[in-house]
Amino acid sequence: MSSCPLLKVSGLYKNFGGVQAINDLNVELAEGELLGLIGPNGSGKTTAVNLITGFVKPSEGEVFYRSQNIIGWPPYKIVRLGIARTFQMVKPFYRLPAYKNMIIPLYSPRIKQTIGGKYGDRDAVALDLLEEVGFERDAFVAYKSASVLPQGYLKRLELAKVIALQPDLLILDELFSGLSLAEVASIVPIIEKLRQEGKTIIMIEHRLKELFRIADRVVVLNFGEKIAEGKSDEVMQSEAVKKAYLGAEA
Amino acid sequence: MEKRKERIDRGIKVRSGDIFALCSWREMLFLAAPRLIPILGFLILPLLLGAYWQKVLLSVAVFALLAISWDILAQSGMISLGQALFFGMGAYASGVFNHYWGWHPLVALPFATVMGGVICTALLLPVLRLRGIYFAMVRLIIPLMLVRIIEATKIFGGTEGLSGIVPLPSKWLELYLVMGALMAALFGFRRMPDSDYGLVLKGINDNDRSVMNAGINIYWFKAQALFISSSIGAFSGAFMTHVYMFVGMPVFALDYSILPIAAAVVGGPGNLAGATLGAFILVPLSEILRGIGGLRIVLYGLFLVIFIVALPEGIFHYIQRKYHQFERWVEVEG
Amino acid sequence: MFLDTVVYALINSVILALMAIGFNLTFGISGVANFAYGALYVTAAYVSWMLLNLIKLPYFLSAFISILFTTLLGALMYRFILLRVRGQALSEVIATFGIGLAILELFRYLGFVGFEYTLPVFIDQSFFILGAFVDMQRILIVIFGALLILGLWVFTHHTSLGLAFRGIAQDERTALSLGIDSDWIATLAVSFGAGLAAIAATIIIPLGSISPSEGYSVLIKALAVCIIGGLGSTGGVIVASFIIGFAERFTDSYISSHWTMIVSLAAILIVLIVKPSGLFGEQKELEERI
Repeated sequence: MSSCPLLKVSGLYKNFGGVQAINDLNVELAEGELLGLIGPNGSGKTTAVNLITGFVKPSEGEVFYRSQNIIGWPPYKIVRLGIARTFQMVKPFYRLPAYKNMIIPLYSPRIKQTIGGKYGDRDAVALDLLEEVGFERDAFVAYKSASVLPQGYLKRLELAKVIALQPDLLILDELFSGLSLAEVASIVPIIEKLRQEGKTIIMIEHRLKELFRIADRVVVLNFGEKIAEGKSDEVMQSEAVKKAYLGAEA
Repeated sequence: MEKRKERIDRGIKVRSGDIFALCSWREMLFLAAPRLIPILGFLILPLLLGAYWQKVLLSVAVFALLAISWDILAQSGMISLGQALFFGMGAYASGVFNHYWGWHPLVALPFATVMGGVICTALLLPVLRLRGIYFAMVRLIIPLMLVRIIEATKIFGGTEGLSGIVPLPSKWLELYLVMGALMAALFGFRRMPDSDYGLVLKGINDNDRSVMNAGINIYWFKAQALFISSSIGAFSGAFMTHVYMFVGMPVFALDYSILPIAAAVVGGPGNLAGATLGAFILVPLSEILRGIGGLRIVLYGLFLVIFIVALPEGIFHYIQRKYHQFERWVEVEG
Repeated sequence: MFLDTVVYALINSVILALMAIGFNLTFGISGVANFAYGALYVTAAYVSWMLLNLIKLPYFLSAFISILFTTLLGALMYRFILLRVRGQALSEVIATFGIGLAILELFRYLGFVGFEYTLPVFIDQSFFILGAFVDMQRILIVIFGALLILGLWVFTHHTSLGLAFRGIAQDERTALSLGIDSDWIATLAVSFGAGLAAIAATIIIPLGSISPSEGYSVLIKALAVCIIGGLGSTGGVIVASFIIGFAERFTDSYISSHWTMIVSLAAILIVLIVKPSGLFGEQKELEERI
């Protein structure tokens, strides 16, 4: 039915000095899907992402991106393949204005791969991209220093930085955390648009209601293991998942 | 009624902010002066000064180059406590080329610059992957160790060093060569920190994980900054070898490591013009204070501490700020 | 000759370990690389000397006071200077380096150079051990060094202050959220390191004489040991000291004394290439610092 999966995580293990952070993780992702990655705190979601994107080396296991094993690759090479991620703890370059923060992704060799050359005027491209994620142009928000922007804008900046890299696979780590309902509602259309462009997306989230509205499929982790997988409503019925989130019931 | 200080751009700065600056001589002068004065100064000074102060000017230029080299590294997040390594490598390279192989100084110099750069970069490559502290530590030790090795193994002349190195053809060539190099480095790289390339380097300093996440190979960038920096340092070392007509262990001395840092810190870290300014202040100052001997280094040390703690922006920024803006007291509303 | 060399290598290793332990501890706990370490070492020795020769205090009292003084100096250094630049690695390094420089060169300027600047040995005796003539001071160094390191180990693993130290070292943010005051701990860390430097000085200086160059030497050796062993790891310091100590001594005996520094430099370069964070280093490479 489906051709080769875009991303295949196979038999992944990670041990941090005695703590088994990831225990035999197997996930497949088809092109164009939006996969939700959920689980209680400490279940290993971010570690899984770190393993996929090369920030952490696994104890065992493989990750295949378009059938290529990317385990052991440094993060910058993985980005150049077309995978880009955001970080849970948003850390922009505080002393720079928002649009200058975008210069660095726009400088990336990935750009040469995707558009075949360098941008002539990165400032202009930066401002355009920021407008697409909701930085109101007439309010000149993009010129404000990153240190004065509220969380909603910082998260959008983080998203813009990832979009700038023109990835095929985006991994968004808790993008919605710290945002108001209105802010979430305004970001969702941006994600929808990315999907329409054919991008594949993995989203780690705690805001389940908002996530379930847009996710095709959901994978639930607990203590580094996959305890459930499938459509959101099916998964939430599972006993294992309920126990994981609510703790063992008497 | 409480008051607070407010900083506002001076009128003339605002007026000279865009194309309309071309309409008025005053505005153009305002913009050009900071650049013209140093250039004219560099060109004219050698002619005005007597022989003794010309030698001092040479020293100033050399230390300014080392300070610029330090600053480039510092902006990329690499703290160098051993500029003497670059200086000494270049010095020995040129000395060896000339002494053992008889190369003419104008040939030895560029080769030594590049060789010095390559060797130092290769030597320090392994440490690029780690935190700045390790880099600082290794940078401090290596020149000091090299001194002892040279002393012990007596290679390249050992404690006596290599003498009889051929000097540059003329005194004027000496002066203008180094001044030219200084201006090239200053104006050539001045734009760099503000360019997108420089932004990437500063980004690496600030948050390297983020830069790595954008698909940029930070180690390659760091290596580039290291190469540029070490080549500049090597040049100054090679140059001095031909001025003194001698190269020996003292080229790895702490003096060459510390004064550039002091110059950059005092003048304004993060800014190449500041580093140059710092050298222009400290080197003549130390000449004047030559009488008090070892106390000079004590003062450098104290300067370093005082400036880094109390006036981290450096003198250059202070002056720049005064040039562009003025302050006034404003009443706080409500 | 072999046993000779082994014995002296052992002593050399302990000396190196004693020199490095203070620097390593300060860094491990507070992340402050105290480049004034060598200066503190020498200051302790000079203060001892001055108390001993100018005020004619008994030796043990002089030593004790000088250790306290140096510890206090470390605390003051942190409180007044480092505190303001805490967190900015560049500024910390420059500030400590500047202080160390100023202190050492001040001593040199004031003329504290010469053979009369020595500290007396504790007991003046020699023994014949395993075929080598070893003086009592050196034996005391080994015993004392071993005790000190053991004591430190017990301290950091079994007392609440020591455990707090290790907590901060491993995860500053968590420790902070548990109410441990980071600045206070850092002050303690720097003073502790200074105190250890003073103790090391008191016991090692009697083997030679005091001079400002010794300050740079000690700093170089401590840095070399920490680079090879890995910053922050006491075990690393011990292992690295032994490696360097033995390598130096054997090179000295069997090849020539000129090559000892080369061997050390080579060791550093090899470690940097193979395992840059040091043998027992806990510095994670970039990718793992999430």
